[in-house]
Amino acid sequence: MPATRRAALLTGAALLLAGCGLSIPTDPDGTLDRIRAEGVLRVGASPRPGWVETGDGQPGGREPRLVAAFADDLGAEVEWTVAGEEELVRLFEDGKLDLAVGGFTEDNAWVDKVGLTRAYTEVVVSGTTEAHVMMVPMGENALQSQLERWLDVHGGGA
Amino acid sequence: MSGPGEQTGSRHRFGHTELPPRQAAALRRAERLEVVTFLYMTTCVAVVFATAGGSQAMKTAWIEDSLALIPPLAFLVAVRVGRRRPSADHPYGYHRATGIGHLTAAVALLAVGLLLIEDSAMGLLRAEHPPIGTVHLLGQTFWSGWLMVAAMVYTGIGPFVLAQLKLPLAEELHDKVLYADADMQKADWMTAAGTIAGVLGIGVGWWWADSTAALLISLSIVRDGWSNLRHASTALMDERARTYDDEHPHPLTQDVDEALRRLPWVVDSRSRVRDQGHVFHVEAFVRPAEGQAPTLDQLEEAVDLLRDLDWKLHDVVVMPVRDLPDTIPDPRAEGAR
Repeated sequence: MPATRRAALLTGAALLLAGCGLSIPTDPDGTLDRIRAEGVLRVGASPRPGWVETGDGQPGGREPRLVAAFADDLGAEVEWTVAGEEELVRLFEDGKLDLAVGGFTEDNAWVDKVGLTRAYTEVVVSGTTEAHVMMVPMGENALQSQLERWLDVHGGGA
Repeated sequence: MSGPGEQTGSRHRFGHTELPPRQAAALRRAERLEVVTFLYMTTCVAVVFATAGGSQAMKTAWIEDSLALIPPLAFLVAVRVGRRRPSADHPYGYHRATGIGHLTAAVALLAVGLLLIEDSAMGLLRAEHPPIGTVHLLGQTFWSGWLMVAAMVYTGIGPFVLAQLKLPLAEELHDKVLYADADMQKADWMTAAGTIAGVLGIGVGWWWADSTAALLISLSIVRDGWSNLRHASTALMDERARTYDDEHPHPLTQDVDEALRRLPWVVDSRSRVRDQGHVFHVEAFVRPAEGQAPTLDQLEEAVDLLRDLDWKLHDVVVMPVRDLPDTIPDPRAEGAR
């Protein structure tokens, strides 16, 4: 199959060339670079007792505290949007969020529409283990990898 | 021919055709290689499944690897079934088992290939950005893409080596299932290379590289499926015997007529040779010299002559006729397709 082979070779060659100036993984939409450059991390929060508390003022609780520390690590300020899960997913699809928390687990139903981080902590709730994750934009792999590495170190405690 | 009490003879035969030593050795080796292929591909399926993550190309490669389990199984089953001797219910033997195995594998390839094309094309159209995060393994956190690349290197090397070992055996045994298997595996490194390109593409931020690689892989699966489907079905429809790779009409078809024409009592010969799977079924119509009916000895001599041409010619019928049957086209007329 000469056509396929040629395409594979071309892709390979292009990758080699591209690889010289790029780090792996890179965000297709450049989210991580933008966060660092603009100093703004746009975070969605959906209330869930014990994980995300939303009352008056800024969201608090275990996950918002983690997010604030992560933003700090990137040299960015958090810009909060409080909404329900479905609304947060829509904002992700419109490219208006960089991260979302809400006590989400890896059995999350939105897995086809948003990226989920590797589980960063596990808790046992009435006999079943919940593996907790955060949401990131689908396929923004540099941001997702950066967050996962950071949570590996800081996520367990809190 | 074989007597009734020989059910437990050598295992190196196809039906009542005892294999010559060369082919018997090739068959033993082919069976071993197919067992190795089956086990190796099982590990590939497991490794690729474990690392696939969010990559469409990896998922496609996983399905292709799973499909690659069918041909070795089809070969091993067909060889076992084809070994049975002809019985009252199966007077031609069980050779067609090979054709059924071939057809089954072809249909599976084609169907899955088409599904995968749809899958990866939709991924491109919807501009899906495949998510690939990190893994935490042995105290190290690294990008999962590297794990996928390693998995594809593993699944790319084995099939390529196995294919080189199996291709010559497919010719020796005239086994089309074995050939189809080896031919697909030979191209498998391209699947691996394509998947690696797709994953590295995601790595540098080209979300489309993954689905594009998956699309190319699916096209190659469809192409394999289509050509195998064509050859398997025409063989089952009693196309004239072709070479093991279906490239040319089998030269034995002409050799049969030429050998018969060289007999002093034969003026002309016209034969039908069909591939039953491994062995050929020959019906030869011969025109004896002017009104001279051949003796039984002469006819038996003609049958033995054909059987001595090649081990594949075993089920042979020689029929003396006044005129060559005009229902059988002259094989030379249409030339080699």
